[in-house]
Amino acid sequence: MAKKTPKHPLDDLIRKDRIPHIWCPGCGIGTIFSSCLTAIKESGIDLKKFVMISGIGCSGRAAGYVNLDSFHTTHGRAIPFATGVKLANPELNVIVFSGDGDLFAIGGNHFIHAARRNVDITVICVNNFNYGMTGGQVAATTPNMAKTTTTPFGNPETPFNLPLMAYAAGATYVARWTMLHSRDLTESISEAILKNGFSFIEALSPCPINYGRRNKLKPLDQLKLYQEKTIIKNDAKPTELDINFEKGVVLGKFVDIERPTYGDSYNKICRPDKLE
Amino acid sequence: MKFWRVPLDADDIQVSKGIVYILEDRCKGCGYCIEFCPRHVLEFSSKINAKGYHLPAVIKAEECLSCHYCEIICPEFAIYSIEIPCESTENTKGIEIITKTQKTESTK
Ligand code: SF4
Ligand code: SF4
Ligand code: SF4
Repeated sequence: MAKKTPKHPLDDLIRKDRIPHIWCPGCGIGTIFSSCLTAIKESGIDLKKFVMISGIGCSGRAAGYVNLDSFHTTHGRAIPFATGVKLANPELNVIVFSGDGDLFAIGGNHFIHAARRNVDITVICVNNFNYGMTGGQVAATTPNMAKTTTTPFGNPETPFNLPLMAYAAGATYVARWTMLHSRDLTESISEAILKNGFSFIEALSPCPINYGRRNKLKPLDQLKLYQEKTIIKNDAKPTELDINFEKGVVLGKFVDIERPTYGDSYNKICRPDKLE
Repeated sequence: MKFWRVPLDADDIQVSKGIVYILEDRCKGCGYCIEFCPRHVLEFSSKINAKGYHLPAVIKAEECLSCHYCEIICPEFAIYSIEIPCESTENTKGIEIITKTQKTESTK
């Protein structure tokens, strides 16, 4: 080592003293987190104008690793917390980074109502198809027939189609990528940050320790599945977006529309004196 | 680089080059960087870090294009590439182009 090694390009955005993080080897959360940080960095927006909010779960730990203002909220409550932050201080760019269990099971109602109101926040959902942190139980996103600790014979339920739900509830930006498509994912997060309105990005991620192990998917096999069994189709119909790797999983940007945000409507109706 | 059909401007294009850095304490040995590097620059080494993870090693340093894919796929902030400015590399193609124009000027 003759010369001093330069630092990692994202080092100023992570709390280096807490790295290595707790995520398991091969877990995709780190990659999605890194995409999110790259998008924040590339936006050129003052870093003091960002807030990251997470709920509970493996993905929820992100708020503790980011070197920005952040909040690690109670289970399922990242979105109401974010709504409050945005309404109190509309200048801030509010990013919710959390998992499928937190956002769509215990926090499911908050999600649909924030989308309905069109609160101007960006929601990134790491979807790993199960409850990773608590030992791999079935979740609202576990694919049909997949094995988890609580569905040893295969999951008899039908999972949520998250982009369809976001679209139906009124989100103005909806996209889905996997952690392998990290360049597209970063680009989508950048667009979502700049978008005026409720933006939702689903990022598929391997959970090798729980979901992967029970479904006999090694981390690399899961990434190969993301490579070979996905189809990029922007503007695909939200009803076609169910997750079935046999049929092929559709990725892309599905919704990008304009609609008055909650903040705008609220000011117009309740605080007309605040408008210039 | 192997081409299926050589682009007409292949001589004029300067291929970027990079140096890969691995932060060994952060790596968890998932192997994603090794598997998905388009230039097969990396390979598992027999070296393990303090936590017992097998580390990747740079085996074909001269092949790195500084495409940053290893950097963006790594879940651990443990690997990254830095582009080498063209002048300071042994990028022979770049040097050739410079000498060619010098020659044509001197023969005038
Ligand atoms: S349990 Fe699963 S989701 Fe949680 S850190 Fe480990 S691999 Fe990632
Ligand atoms: S920067 Fe690109 S070419 Fe270089 S090691 Fe990383 S993935 Fe391979
Ligand atoms: S992707 Fe990162 S953590 Fe995985 S082997 Fe490469 S350097 Fe290590």
